[in-house]
Amino acid sequence: MMLGYFAVFTPLVAFLLAGLLGGKFGDKFSQFVTCAGVLTAAAASVKLFFTVILGSNPHTLPVMTWFTSGDFTVDWAIRVDQLSVIMMCVINIVSSCVHVYSVGYMSHDDSKSRFMAYLSLFTFAMLMLVSADNLLQLFFGWEGVGLASYLLIGFWYHKDSATAASIKAFVVNRVGDLGLLLGMFTTFIVFGTIQFDGIFGSVTAHTADTFNFFGYHVHALTLICLLLFVGAVGKSAQLGLHTWLPDAMEGPTPVSALIHAATMVTAGVFLVSRFSPVFEYAPVALMVVCVLGACTAFVAATIGMTQFDIKRVIAYSTMSQLGYMFFALGVSAYSAAMFHLVTHAFFKALLFLGAGSVIHAMSDEQDMRKMGGIWKKIPVTYAMMWIGSLALAGVPFFAGYYSKDLILESEWASNSAVGHFAYYMGIAAALMTAFYSWRLIIMTFHGKPRADHHTMEHVHESPAVMIVPLVVLAIGAIFSGSTLYEGFSKPKHSEAVAAVGHEQPAETVDADSASHMNKEDFFGKSIVVLPEHDTVAKAHHVEQWVKLLPTVVGMIGIFLAYLAYMFIPSIPATVVKIFKPLHTLFFRKWFFDEIYNVVFVKTAKCLGEFFWKRGDGQMIDGLGPNGVALVSQKISGVLSKFQTGFVFQYAFMMMIGLVLLVTWVAQAMGLFEMISQILPNLDAR
Amino acid sequence: MDFPILSLVTFLPLVGAVLLTLLKGDEASVSSKSRMIALAVTTVTFILSLPIMIYFNPATADYQFVEKEIWFETYGISYHMGVDGISLFFVMLSTFLTPLCVLASWKSVEKRVREYMIAFLLLETFMIGTFCALDAVLFYLFFEAVLIPMYIIIGVWGGARRVYASFKFFLYTLLGSVLMLVALITMILHAGTADITVLAGYAFAPEMQKWLWLAFFASFAVKMPMWPVHTWLPDAHVEAPTAGSVILAGVLLKMGGYGFLRFSLPMFPEASEYFAPMVFALSVIAIIYTSLVALVQQDMKKMIAYSSVAHMGFVTLGIFTLNTQGIEGSIFQMISHGVISAALFLSVGVVYDRLHTRDINRYGNLAKNMPIYAVVFVILMLGSVGLPGTSGFVGEFLALLGAYKVNTMVATFAAVGVVLGATYMLHLTRKVVFGPKVNEDAAAMPDLDAREKFIFLPLIILVIFLGVAPSYVLDRIAPSVENLIGQATSVVVEKAPEASADTQKPEDLPLPADAKKEDVKKDIAHDKKHDAKKVKSNEKGNK
Repeated sequence: MMLGYFAVFTPLVAFLLAGLLGGKFGDKFSQFVTCAGVLTAAAASVKLFFTVILGSNPHTLPVMTWFTSGDFTVDWAIRVDQLSVIMMCVINIVSSCVHVYSVGYMSHDDSKSRFMAYLSLFTFAMLMLVSADNLLQLFFGWEGVGLASYLLIGFWYHKDSATAASIKAFVVNRVGDLGLLLGMFTTFIVFGTIQFDGIFGSVTAHTADTFNFFGYHVHALTLICLLLFVGAVGKSAQLGLHTWLPDAMEGPTPVSALIHAATMVTAGVFLVSRFSPVFEYAPVALMVVCVLGACTAFVAATIGMTQFDIKRVIAYSTMSQLGYMFFALGVSAYSAAMFHLVTHAFFKALLFLGAGSVIHAMSDEQDMRKMGGIWKKIPVTYAMMWIGSLALAGVPFFAGYYSKDLILESEWASNSAVGHFAYYMGIAAALMTAFYSWRLIIMTFHGKPRADHHTMEHVHESPAVMIVPLVVLAIGAIFSGSTLYEGFSKPKHSEAVAAVGHEQPAETVDADSASHMNKEDFFGKSIVVLPEHDTVAKAHHVEQWVKLLPTVVGMIGIFLAYLAYMFIPSIPATVVKIFKPLHTLFFRKWFFDEIYNVVFVKTAKCLGEFFWKRGDGQMIDGLGPNGVALVSQKISGVLSKFQTGFVFQYAFMMMIGLVLLVTWVAQAMGLFEMISQILPNLDAR
Repeated sequence: MDFPILSLVTFLPLVGAVLLTLLKGDEASVSSKSRMIALAVTTVTFILSLPIMIYFNPATADYQFVEKEIWFETYGISYHMGVDGISLFFVMLSTFLTPLCVLASWKSVEKRVREYMIAFLLLETFMIGTFCALDAVLFYLFFEAVLIPMYIIIGVWGGARRVYASFKFFLYTLLGSVLMLVALITMILHAGTADITVLAGYAFAPEMQKWLWLAFFASFAVKMPMWPVHTWLPDAHVEAPTAGSVILAGVLLKMGGYGFLRFSLPMFPEASEYFAPMVFALSVIAIIYTSLVALVQQDMKKMIAYSSVAHMGFVTLGIFTLNTQGIEGSIFQMISHGVISAALFLSVGVVYDRLHTRDINRYGNLAKNMPIYAVVFVILMLGSVGLPGTSGFVGEFLALLGAYKVNTMVATFAAVGVVLGATYMLHLTRKVVFGPKVNEDAAAMPDLDAREKFIFLPLIILVIFLGVAPSYVLDRIAPSVENLIGQATSVVVEKAPEASADTQKPEDLPLPADAKKEDVKKDIAHDKKHDAKKVKSNEKGNK
């Protein structure tokens, strides 16, 4: 039962040891401590996977009280249920890989201890986020990962671009956090608690509640869900609050793999899954989630096709895949979203670390236009990138194939307008995903070398300490889909399929549900799906073309990439020329940065200047003290001719004090008579 | 408790100040002796104040360690001292920060060291006295006396524009003081006593309350400072020596908030209720306006000064929510801000001592050569930003939660300040601690020495401790706050039925406890009236 503590707190201990003593005992010490800490946590969480999920034994471990204010109470506690254990496994396993990989990747850096300490800090904060048993602790983890992300993006703090990106990440996330905060307030007022069991246990009693928000009476649960979703949008870089993610690539590559691909950015998906009991009763919020997710998947993919920085391509790909997860959530396919979260964590971390290996080999070059012709020199990395891309593109029997198809099938099975919209957007994004993945592979590894002679001579395969984590992740990228498919795709309500899944022949349904009758899915009660929303159950029974289409477009995408970048290299230039405006739109990232810069950044600065110079300077001071002070200063100028500095000041101030006192005494005596006459009340006393 | 510990703690620094005046010898020896004596006296004061916190009974809302001697019987004026949950931590904050100020001035103040130390010792006496006084006249004397050493500290040991800054400081506070004095006298004459504990239960006529409330507001709003009477603060901070800024931000600003809690709320509950919307508006303006102004500052101290105004906006917002979370949040926010802003000004002092400029553009890349300083600065920055796990979060969170209960729009706009707060503090950190190397002098500065580390260590520990385990403080505040809310709302509720009937919408009409449950459920956003009613019914239950 104590395993939960180990799984969460060992990274904290490792962080403290490395952070406080790293300077004293050296980098080797820090590297050892942090790696050992996270590996321990990983072992503990794998053990938890067996006891909690396969053994169906969710529980909550107390830690200590946090604070109480009136009827608001909140405690630190570790909630070890199915949902959090899945997250713990993903976090700790990927984090272990990244920790070990970093020992090699950062071997030339001056601040190894600091880097390892930050990584462990991040891991701890993320674990606190997923193991929270109330909204405030979740918020602690939520902001904690934001802090770690800020510190790691700006790790190379001498780079102006890195510090700028770190601030952007923190501030944009704060905007999202604002939503989460208000969502928490609303939850507290509606439910009277922010403790998960308390909220989820009484949802049905509040389905008809309204809440007075900005003077409007709105549906309380919808408001809560939308506000929480704003938080998710920020953290998971969904359209609107996504601009920080590509810039976050300024951080060292292991950071991008861990934080900006595998774990932190999926916190939004986790949050919505965690709140599935509430979202289920807020259909409007679900629709918003679905549509925004679909748009994100599409827009990010369009941008990903046009970028040249290897890490940014993968970053947009991450954003796009997160979009998939959200539109899955939007049709109540929570387990499908979580499934994709898991597989994506493996193959996207693999892609990032592989890219890091490439960057390492190319002497820190990130521009794909300056790469090429290196696949023979770094064959292992090359193979790893292939595996990652195959999984990402959803090629059969790799991990992404199972999860992505489950999501798309669920969209179709939802039989709703937003679900079908998301399906088509998802198909379009799948085509583009396959295309930009192979564009990346071909541009990076094939063709003639475009780097200079000096760089090419130094191209080398990474050391074993970097390769081993890649292999571990590659195994996950290949097998996590097929092995976990059963557990994630099991229908929650077998009987519901029979009732609602009318498009299916009855006997298929019966046979299907019978085979699963005795087994629960991975999530037990940690995810709630209403019977009529059980799209994952219905996903097994969609038409054949719906199932095949994602794979087919994936193949087409790969083929197109080969055509355009290997066989007929003149195509890209021609296409860009023909679709100039469209390409500009994609290449400039739909102008989000430019618009935000004008609307928010510039405006804030102008307002600040205006308030300062005009507001404070001219209005308030001008009308107020300055006029008086001007006169006073003239007097003081005269006075200071014979009494300067200290003595003058002192005397002046004492004089004021004296005057005040005398006034007071005089007034007290005099006023007493006066007021007693004016105020009849006093006589009454 | 029979032992007059509060008087001892209050007047010990005064004794120290007298001692300093008796020093003889050449300038150098007097200076070094003054430093030693001041440090010893303030440290002993701090140690002596610890029993106040340790033996404080967290189960009661009553005043503790009470001392009372009749002073002017005619007007009901007495020497009455005592602490409750609201004042306890302000006393502790004062005794805790003063020794650190003496240490921080160890090397940076070289001229007139004796006078400087005397000023600080006097300041400490007056500050502690302000928070302990339970007599309105005594309070007023301490409250106003605090200004004199502060004027002197800014005016003598301040920067180039110190005369301007101290004048501005003086003009603003004078305005408030005079009005408050008039109000105070009126109250005393009316109620026949100056005893705060009695005044708190005295029912002033509603119309009179409004005038009295406004007079007190003039004084406290300047002290906070609230928008638009805040412009003295940036100038005062910029010109004040480091330790002066520390006390100014750490303790003096809290006297306004403390005044609201001790006077305005319990003595003029109806007026507080009446003016609450105005305070909300001013608070929200303060938060957003000053955050935006902070964003464009180039002077480190000015930026932190403006951020103080914004943080105090959360305090005034919380106080006038008149609910538990709001008020506890604002008290906690004041304590937390006392620690964080004091530490931030100290950290500005560290680099100012080395480079003699506060221009953020002259620094940069300090993390390279001053790693410990960088860690300290970043932790403080995170506290100021209100990251969960630091003390800054708890107060802001509770104040906003309290506000959200009362008015979602006010709380939402105020919460925007949280985003802006992150923006300017991260910008400051980027410019000073991170970023590329800008000039050689800055790059060559040495890291914190032993004395400086010793100053920052307790501050950093407090920032984190109060964030992770704030219940130590909140539990001690809670009974007094409940008591205060009882005083502040009970009167209102007695008059509520006819007052609320015409202003409330039909569905908000007072409802019988059990009937119309459907409607109650549907409209969950409480307005104050509901809250007040709850408290009232609780009170009845207790009786």
